[in-house]
Amino acid sequence: MDQGLFSYLLRQGDSCLILGHRLSEWCGHAPQLELDIALANIALDLTGQADAFLGLAAEVEGQGRDADALAFHRDVLDYRNLLLVELPNEDFGLTIARQFLFDAWQVEFYGALARSSDQRVAALAAKGLREATYHERFSGEWLVRLGDGTDESHARAQAAIDELWTYTGEMFECDALVAGLVERGIAPDHRGLKAAWDARVADVLAEATLRRPADGWMQSGGLKGRHGEALGHLLAEMQFLPRAYPGARW
Amino acid sequence: MYTQGLNIEAGDKSIPLEDRNSALMQRFQSRIDAEEKVEPTDWMPEGYRKTLIRQISQHAHSEIVGMLPEGNWITRAPSLRRKMILLAKVQDEGGHGLYLYSAAETLGISRAELIDQLLTGKAKYSSIFNYPTPTWADVGAIGWLVDGAAIMNQVPLCRCSYGPYARAMIRVCKEESFHQRQGYEIMIALSQGTAEQKRMAQEALNRWWWPSLMMFGPSDAASLHSSQNMAWKIKRVSNDELRQKFVDVTVPQAEFLGLTVPDPDLRWNGETGHYEFGEIDWTEFNQVLAGNGPCNRDRMKKRRKAHDDGAWVREAALAHAEKRRARQAMTAAAAE
Ligand SMILES: [Fe+2]
Ligand SMILES: [Fe+2]
Repeated sequence: MDQGLFSYLLRQGDSCLILGHRLSEWCGHAPQLELDIALANIALDLTGQADAFLGLAAEVEGQGRDADALAFHRDVLDYRNLLLVELPNEDFGLTIARQFLFDAWQVEFYGALARSSDQRVAALAAKGLREATYHERFSGEWLVRLGDGTDESHARAQAAIDELWTYTGEMFECDALVAGLVERGIAPDHRGLKAAWDARVADVLAEATLRRPADGWMQSGGLKGRHGEALGHLLAEMQFLPRAYPGARW
Repeated sequence: MYTQGLNIEAGDKSIPLEDRNSALMQRFQSRIDAEEKVEPTDWMPEGYRKTLIRQISQHAHSEIVGMLPEGNWITRAPSLRRKMILLAKVQDEGGHGLYLYSAAETLGISRAELIDQLLTGKAKYSSIFNYPTPTWADVGAIGWLVDGAAIMNQVPLCRCSYGPYARAMIRVCKEESFHQRQGYEIMIALSQGTAEQKRMAQEALNRWWWPSLMMFGPSDAASLHSSQNMAWKIKRVSNDELRQKFVDVTVPQAEFLGLTVPDPDLRWNGETGHYEFGEIDWTEFNQVLAGNGPCNRDRMKKRRKAHDDGAWVREAALAHAEKRRARQAMTAAAAE
């Protein structure tokens, strides 16, 4: 089994799954109807990407598991998502800021991953890129509305960006796992995505009249299975049925 | 139906009785009789306009409140596929709400006013969404029964005399059959599943059957406004006819699932070619409409909370749009 590729696919699948789940929590509770629909739509895209990446991971693993087995029958220690995406929604400001920081990264990441030497990976990235491009436009536009809206919305958006900044470093880590795949031409060097991401983020923050925080200490660990407290609650909810009724088909 | 409250406001004085013999009225009625569509800029009787605003907004509110019982299971859907289908379905319902609010706005009322009527309890929504979804099978039962009943009601509304409403219904109906199918598919999986899953399915049917029949509104004999709405072609098929059609279609589906419809009086009548069914508990129906259903308070609390928590976001969007306009005006002025 290609352990490196398997773990790498899990990282991407898990990040999409967890962020999609967070967005889906808004469905029926958003600030306006158009936002209920848009957030559900992005949640749907991300869940679809999760399904595709986890499905390919299961195929690479070749042990008879499928995307659902990976999504519903792993616990916190085996989840490989970015810490950024597991943070609770808090308010719409934090949700949008988190989404934009992630979307801007996804656009760069998928753009680079679409050139993967593994055709299956490249195809998933190309499809994901189209969706991420639309997501980034949505979240970027809303970050601008909030940043350059009222005093209250500006303050909330700035607080969200400040709070989240420490979680952005993890998107650009290049550990031994990534380095191994870079050598084989399967993955891009994630450090190389930083400059273009910085530029995208700087543009939108400027338009939003928001301040870019300094790059200080960066939180890390999600990609290696070291998570915060919120993920366990999320999984308890998400995995309830398959865990409570083992073997049942739905 | 989604607009059942329409029929129960006894002695409602807000809908004026107009002089049926005036020339305008006669011309209006003859256009309707000729199956011409009424469009927003056309003259229409005040009663027609008010009735439509009430019906379309009740329908819109039902779509929006209806997102809550199913939304309750989005984060617990048992597979990625089910999660995606349910997200798409609930998202569709939000879209239906949007089309319908837009259709109501063509009658000279704003969405903000309509939402205010919902949040202050002045406007009604379908009684069906005041029942809880304690198990995953409830999501299946809603798709199968509630969306199934919605189709029965909405297909004739595609021929409603008011153009914008009829066109909104055509778009809505295209999506409803997918909703009904995904619900029935959940029920099939459960009824072919483990004993625990079968139990879930049966109990969901037990809980949703009668409320689904109530969705069609009071029996024709007890319906106010009904004949005028028929003449205006706002309503095209009577409550009892629609209800009968629903029972006739749904009972064989329950049999296929191996589930028991919770009605001891249910029997096939070979002579009429219809199922006979037991008496609906109208006391329960009236209590739910009056606010005493199991979830009325919770549904409204959640809607109000979303609205209140989101106020700063809507204000920000308005303020930003205003700033943009001002900046554009400045640039335009500077360019002159
Ligand atoms: Fe609908
Ligand atoms: Fe529906």
